[in-house]
Amino acid sequence: MKVRFSVNGEPAEVDVEPRELLLDVVRDRLGLTGTHAGCEQGACGACTVLVDGIGVRSCLMLGVQAAGREITTIEGIGTGRGHLHPVQEAFAEHHGLQCGFCTPGMVLTAIELLQRHPHPSRAEIEENMAGNLCRCTGYVNIVDAIEAASAALSSAGAAREEA
Amino acid sequence: MKPAPFDYVAPTTVSDALDAIASAGDPRVLAGGQSLVPLLNLRLARPDVVIDVNGVDELDHLDIDDGVVRIGATTRHRSVELDPELASAVPLLVEAAGFVGHPHIRNRATVGGTIAHADPAAEFGAVMLALDGRVIVQGAGGRRTVPAAEWYQGYFTTAIEPGEMLIEVELPARSSGAGHAFREFAPRHGDFAITGVAAIVERANGSCTGARLAACGVGSVPVDLSSVADALVGATDIDDDALREVTRRVAVLVDPTSDVHASGEYRRELVQLLAAEALRAAWERAPSGGRST
Repeated sequence: MKVRFSVNGEPAEVDVEPRELLLDVVRDRLGLTGTHAGCEQGACGACTVLVDGIGVRSCLMLGVQAAGREITTIEGIGTGRGHLHPVQEAFAEHHGLQCGFCTPGMVLTAIELLQRHPHPSRAEIEENMAGNLCRCTGYVNIVDAIEAASAALSSAGAAREEA
Repeated sequence: MKPAPFDYVAPTTVSDALDAIASAGDPRVLAGGQSLVPLLNLRLARPDVVIDVNGVDELDHLDIDDGVVRIGATTRHRSVELDPELASAVPLLVEAAGFVGHPHIRNRATVGGTIAHADPAAEFGAVMLALDGRVIVQGAGGRRTVPAAEWYQGYFTTAIEPGEMLIEVELPARSSGAGHAFREFAPRHGDFAITGVAAIVERANGSCTGARLAACGVGSVPVDLSSVADALVGATDIDDDALREVTRRVAVLVDPTSDVHASGEYRRELVQLLAAEALRAAWERAPSGGRST
């Protein structure tokens, strides 16, 4: 089946079998391998992408269901090579990753949270991130990073307003 | 870990969806996909046709009218969780929705999907029984309404007939004297509950006039425990004495089996504890308790 959608702001057209997961379409058909295949049953959150700005597990959506949607992957959130998104900067600064396998899902989940709720409490961050599993860092640094990103994004927003 | 091949259709009307179901050998209706797609990935389900009903607009609705809440099959858990009108009309459902999986699961998961899937640990099963909800299904012969008490037939098995699909659920809106509470225990946040309990307590002039109670995760289907209510009717406080009698009766009513997640004995302990907690919370939330839901 031919399916058309948008990925990171660019139009995409792929010819896929109905059984191909959005995860596999993004990785194998579009070559965007920053989206990681973890458990492939919705338990780990490593494959998180944004569909029309809403966080979903790409292993639990069929590629054909992306028709007409705007998909955002980890490749689409920075402002270009060498220019990280503030959430990515904060993860690097606060050692919010170790092996990095869960990181794309963590970062997109955090970005979606901060778009919806720019100043979450620590408890709200923990609640929101609980569906993303990390086997290295123990989560404390991840929560630290998201708190820092929240502060950085709001001070950047305030600076923009002043300018 | 990849689905076996299947044909895919995406109808835009209930009528076209029913035609697709009727002409398939082993169809599966795809709504939110948060239970079906894992089953496809694990090849525990190998349908010949997947009928994606996400584009059927008439299934995506939320209406509150004349004391009845109607929730279309493809309404997302997240919509339920965040809807301010539902929060006052069916607070039990809204509270339970917050226990289902994680936000990203709830962004996709649908009310109709979880009720059709009928996992015995699913929160909404206990909610449907406690509220005495109804499930509306439609097939070639037209629509029919199935009371929650008849809907759940066994593990992952409902009263839906071949050729039918779930259209909506109907729940009675909260009565003015009622308090509601949902409590569950899961070892890790967002996991399926080992056991969950939904409670409703009716209160008038300072005393209990009725109660409903149901549990998930203690059998092959959600279990209606409302027969314990007569131990509470007339009570002017849901105190330890009243709850002792309730939990004694709950322990007799359930017969949970052991599995990899918990022993039957543990579940029996847990359902008593959660029933007491939920009933006490529901009582305190009932309006004449001084604090509204």
